[in-house]
Amino acid sequence: MPGKLKVKIVAGRHLPVMDRASDLTDAFVEVKFGNTTFKTDVYNKSLNPQWNSEWFKFEVDDEDLQDEPLQITVLDHDTYSANDAIGKVYIDIDPLLYSEAATVISGWFPIYDTIHGIRGEINVVVKVDLFNDLNRFRQSSCGVKFFCTTSIPKCYQAVIIHGFVEELVVNEDPEYQWIDRIRTPRASNEARQRLISLMSGELQRKIGLKVLEMRGNAVVGYLQCFDLEGESGLVVRAIGTACTLDKLSSTAAFLPACNSPSKEMKESPLVHPPSHGCRSTHNSPIHTATGSRLTQNFSVSVPTLIYTGMGSGSAGKEGGPFKALLRQQTQSALEQREFPFFTLTAFPPGFLVHVGGVVSARSVKLLDRIHNPDEPETRDAWWAEIRQEIKSHAKALGCHAVVGYSESTSICEEVCILSASGTAAVLNPRFLQDGTVEGCLEPRLSWQPGFFSIGSEKGEVDFFPQSQDSSSLLGQEENLPAGCGFCHIPYDELNMPFPAHLTYCYSCRKQKVPDVLFTTIDLPTDATVIGKGCLIQARLCRLKKKAQAEANATAISNLLPFMEYEVHTQLMNKLKLKGMNALFGLRIQITVGENMLMGLASATGVYLTALPMPGGIQIAGKTPNDGSYEQHISHMQKKINDTIAKNKELYEINPPEIPEEIIGSPIPEPRQRSRLLRSQSESSDEVIELDLSHGKKDAFVLEIDDTDAMEDVHSLLTDVPPPSGFYSCNTEIMPGINNWTSEIQMFTSVRVSRLSNINLTNQTLNKNFNDLCENLLKSLYFKLRSMIPCCLCHVNFTVSLPEDELIQVTVTAVAITFDKHQAVQTTKTHVEKSLQRASTDNEELLQFPLELCTDSLASHPFSPAKEHLESASSNSGIPAAQRATSIDYSSFADRCNSWIELIKLKAQTIRRGSIKTTVSVEKASPLTEGHFRQRSAPACANSTVGVVKMTPLSFIPGAKITKYLGIINMFFIRETTSLREEGGVSGFLHAFIAEVFAMVRAHVAALGGNAVVSYIMKQCVFMENPNKNQAQCLINVSGDAVIFVRESELEIISAQQPVASCQPACSGGEIAT
Amino acid sequence: MTNELDIFVGNTTLIDEDVYRLWLDGYSVNDAVGLRVRSGILEQTGATAGVLQSDTMDHYRTFHMLERLLHTPPKLLHQLVFQIPPSRQALLIERYYAFDEAFVREVLGKKLSKGTKKDLDDISTKTGVTLKSCRRQFDNFKRVFKVVEEMRGSLAGNIQQHFLLSDRLARDYAAVVFFANNRFETGKKKLQYLTFGDLAFCAELMIQNWTPGAVDSQVDDMDVDLDKEFLQDLKELKVLVADKDLLDLHKSLVCTALRGKLSVFPEMEANFKNLSRGLVNIASKLTHTKDVRDLFVDLVEKFIEPCRSDRWPLNDVRLFLNQYSASVHSLDGFRHQALWDRYMVTLRSCLLRMYHD
Repeated sequence: MPGKLKVKIVAGRHLPVMDRASDLTDAFVEVKFGNTTFKTDVYNKSLNPQWNSEWFKFEVDDEDLQDEPLQITVLDHDTYSANDAIGKVYIDIDPLLYSEAATVISGWFPIYDTIHGIRGEINVVVKVDLFNDLNRFRQSSCGVKFFCTTSIPKCYQAVIIHGFVEELVVNEDPEYQWIDRIRTPRASNEARQRLISLMSGELQRKIGLKVLEMRGNAVVGYLQCFDLEGESGLVVRAIGTACTLDKLSSTAAFLPACNSPSKEMKESPLVHPPSHGCRSTHNSPIHTATGSRLTQNFSVSVPTLIYTGMGSGSAGKEGGPFKALLRQQTQSALEQREFPFFTLTAFPPGFLVHVGGVVSARSVKLLDRIHNPDEPETRDAWWAEIRQEIKSHAKALGCHAVVGYSESTSICEEVCILSASGTAAVLNPRFLQDGTVEGCLEPRLSWQPGFFSIGSEKGEVDFFPQSQDSSSLLGQEENLPAGCGFCHIPYDELNMPFPAHLTYCYSCRKQKVPDVLFTTIDLPTDATVIGKGCLIQARLCRLKKKAQAEANATAISNLLPFMEYEVHTQLMNKLKLKGMNALFGLRIQITVGENMLMGLASATGVYLTALPMPGGIQIAGKTPNDGSYEQHISHMQKKINDTIAKNKELYEINPPEIPEEIIGSPIPEPRQRSRLLRSQSESSDEVIELDLSHGKKDAFVLEIDDTDAMEDVHSLLTDVPPPSGFYSCNTEIMPGINNWTSEIQMFTSVRVSRLSNINLTNQTLNKNFNDLCENLLKSLYFKLRSMIPCCLCHVNFTVSLPEDELIQVTVTAVAITFDKHQAVQTTKTHVEKSLQRASTDNEELLQFPLELCTDSLASHPFSPAKEHLESASSNSGIPAAQRATSIDYSSFADRCNSWIELIKLKAQTIRRGSIKTTVSVEKASPLTEGHFRQRSAPACANSTVGVVKMTPLSFIPGAKITKYLGIINMFFIRETTSLREEGGVSGFLHAFIAEVFAMVRAHVAALGGNAVVSYIMKQCVFMENPNKNQAQCLINVSGDAVIFVRESELEIISAQQPVASCQPACSGGEIAT
Repeated sequence: MTNELDIFVGNTTLIDEDVYRLWLDGYSVNDAVGLRVRSGILEQTGATAGVLQSDTMDHYRTFHMLERLLHTPPKLLHQLVFQIPPSRQALLIERYYAFDEAFVREVLGKKLSKGTKKDLDDISTKTGVTLKSCRRQFDNFKRVFKVVEEMRGSLAGNIQQHFLLSDRLARDYAAVVFFANNRFETGKKKLQYLTFGDLAFCAELMIQNWTPGAVDSQVDDMDVDLDKEFLQDLKELKVLVADKDLLDLHKSLVCTALRGKLSVFPEMEANFKNLSRGLVNIASKLTHTKDVRDLFVDLVEKFIEPCRSDRWPLNDVRLFLNQYSASVHSLDGFRHQALWDRYMVTLRSCLLRMYHD
């Protein structure tokens, strides 16, 4: 079924001079979509042409609408010779294809040329008239929303989370086609850009189809990547989590019945589950995958790694049956899916029952030309294999799902390392089956095909009795003090998948917890932590002989397990050194180069109250009789102890000392023991299996037996903490900081270092790499010093090895300021970490005043008085009232659940009343909405270019996201043959990245937005050839375009506006104080 | 291990004011790093020299990229590549177009041509302003000059509109353009004591009163050139000194009015005819370009130096000039009262401003 695409070319500005004689340009524009091209008239002799064209109309299939980008080319007319291209604009019209996003794309776009960069701007208006498509067998998937955000987007609620979707498409890389030898670099670059744009569109459409098949309407946590496989082709692959999302405002009214079961669940008394479920029987976690040959490819699978913090401990009785039941229930639901994976990293409270630990799998493959692009079976098989492995690891950990799942590749010549990792988890069956919708973030997961054969709505209603059943069964878990449940081990203590040290949970004293927990997800909102978190990195290099093909692949796969082991050891040691006991957002990147492998692991360390206090690090020498040596050892030991003490102070880690006698819970094993002895007794049979369960042994005792170990200890101590006033983490939110102020600065920093190739050893390499990363961080702290006190969030390091002696490190992060004097006490209540992520109920409550406000905003033009008030409120240091509400409300939630239900009920009824207002907001075109916001933002009051914020986080501090406008997914190539003239490699890349930012901002602004959230630079491939004065760079970025409104603006408006329906809810929140 | 590439790009372009100043002052990256180290920044922040070097390089690169846009400030506002808050944009522009007093005194009134540009070396050595900075300042003058040279409307207004400068700076540029266009001699030794402020003050008054724009706001070049007709008419003033009766009458009017009020009355009385002849002759000669150029030299030679040698206090000069201009209105035989006022009001203010050591 067709749609009609309408394009109007309005004007250009700041065009480059194309005619040297007149210093002017005779510009015209070609508008191309699919195979149809339109042209504007030539606007003679101007650098600021006003074409004001007619509407160019393209009548196209919606399949094409999804695949094809709109291509706008600006040219200089030349009477005698060929017209010169000035540059191009590619516009992804996908956001116009679903009703809730943008309705028009209109604005100034930078005109981009792959050789010259940005050359002026062009004003374009794009609209789409889409006809409803009733064809069941359609090839398009218009209407499926895509989000990069790895949590349920803020103004939506998840009705159902369906699960994992993946797809990949392959093609020949134009750069490697024969024709590339005879065409210009510009033509080649443009062919590549266009192809990738086309492939992304196709990929997105195909994923959309899968989502429709699952009866979903959105993909959350959408991650699309390119593998530039060189000769063998170009792979574009994507993963995501299919969901059925409801826009909050449109589904404000719920069935009243829906509230009762949820209430019951929360209030239901502790009931011990009577059933004796089956036990997971995967007691060997170590799957040493054997090297296998696929049809035509050499492939080596790397032994599996399962990380959890572990020691050993004896079993408790209580947890077993319950867990088994849980497992049974979840299992039945989840095993329907081929891969029970979720790309989400943050979940509604209660969704995550237990977290097992990090599961990861890697596989080394030899690339081969993709013979038939339409049947990318090999690549599919590769990934399927890896996913299967991940799934079995999760099972071994007693988990049925993997959350925080991601995939990546590293390619060097014809060798490719495929990696996948995630966090094994047990999800709440209530969410899997329950039909209730309470709160905007709470998803209902339904995988039971039997029940949902027709449509989700009916199936859910049918399911009520059972869900109540299960909820009462699970009531036990509900009543445990919040914030520790997810730490409890999901696996069975009697059949532990690996030697682990377990203790009773330090919060509830009822369930077992490991001593250390590693995860790839964000800190759950209900987790209780002590103190602040910090960025922890493990960095590692290993030299490798240059080799060809299979020998190379074998060499790499032999090295990988050792690297993983060492990375893990480093992480563990650094975590102990910080006095913390859990890692979140763990991301391990292994990069392959010609002659080395690099490993970089980043994570955010925190102290979870539920887990035991970490022990210190002890150093043991091998030659105890040497006096001076002893002295040296004891000196080192002292240094380490000092560092731990200092770190504890720095990160405010002061857990309450709980004497174990008082608690009286049967701790199976005395915690004080001779560690040295233990380690020896334990280390007997672990060598054969690659087991990263360090337990107490490796983490606690560092044996210095050679210089290597010495180096390790030294490197532990060389990591300098950030300067005072700075914190850093790689997760969305910084544990322990929740009073963000509104200033944010997103940045990308790139460094390429050349190694001196004389005497490269692993040690010097490690030191170089370590210095490179540390110096980079130091530079960041210095550059952003004016923002102190501030926190670097979502610090994302990427390492690549573009050439023999070159290491490239790319960092993208956001610095956010916070108010030092106004720290909210975190230790007292359980749920306070949810502040930024806004807990379920708050979100719901806040949602509707917000909508009322947008409406009133629209009718009340921005007044200086408001600005004044706003600054007054920020100066006086009063937290945003809504934030305050949420704080109090959350703490209150613990004490009195039924009240919450009451308030919630109120909120819902009120919301129902306010639907009318919200609908009117919906109708307002996003353009005017966006423009309005731009005008109202004080920062850009007198600027002609609207400010567009960019952040890798899914939220904007101190602001509410009111609308998602669509996904931004852009790919750019820039090439130069005059590298020196453009300021060398630094000048070239600096300009290019700035241009990429500009193009992203321009697209967002044209969609009517004022921010990009969940922004990520997925690829930054830089190649140089200084001898030829050439360089080339490819950048791929993505994110979600949104409209946000400052909370302070909302508040003032809502305070000024006596909106009757607003009052009860607000006061409801305030009563809680 | 060396960093081949080292960049930092923020969504909001980071501008370090201190580094910007160093860049504007024309220091090389290494000199700038040295100066920053001496400022004690390392101790304050705990950074290393390497970090400082990298940071300085980064800022210099950013400024280098911004420079192209700073040449046409409205472009800086409309461009999309660098997201800079408006207040920062204003700061960037204002500082970029700011100039050194020492430098501007060297260039003021000179033709803004290649020839002068070649002299920048000498100016740099003489003033202590780095050559790089001299070039930037010179190019700024030239650029502004070229843009507003043939434009209608108020000179300062045009500059402000096209270069988005502050009111004060735009008026200073108007003075620079006015001086450059009329090539007033300001470099003579006896004029060295005059500050740029003095000259800019005079320029502003002359623009207000002596250009075609003073009478008609719709003519071309209204503010850059002196009003030809007015200069022609000024010849008529000659009668004030040529007609002996008129001169005597004028003198007696002034002397009567000022008797007992001036500490230098005798000197004034003795010098009256000389001073009056000087002032009127300057007016009547302004039809010649050469004499226009020497206007300030003449003012100093014919009026300021004689008064100064007799040690007239500033207040006496003021009283004298007031009376001197006012008395003409009582001269019945003199018909060019309006012309006299147009000339004298400006001249009086200029002389008073210029009358200092």
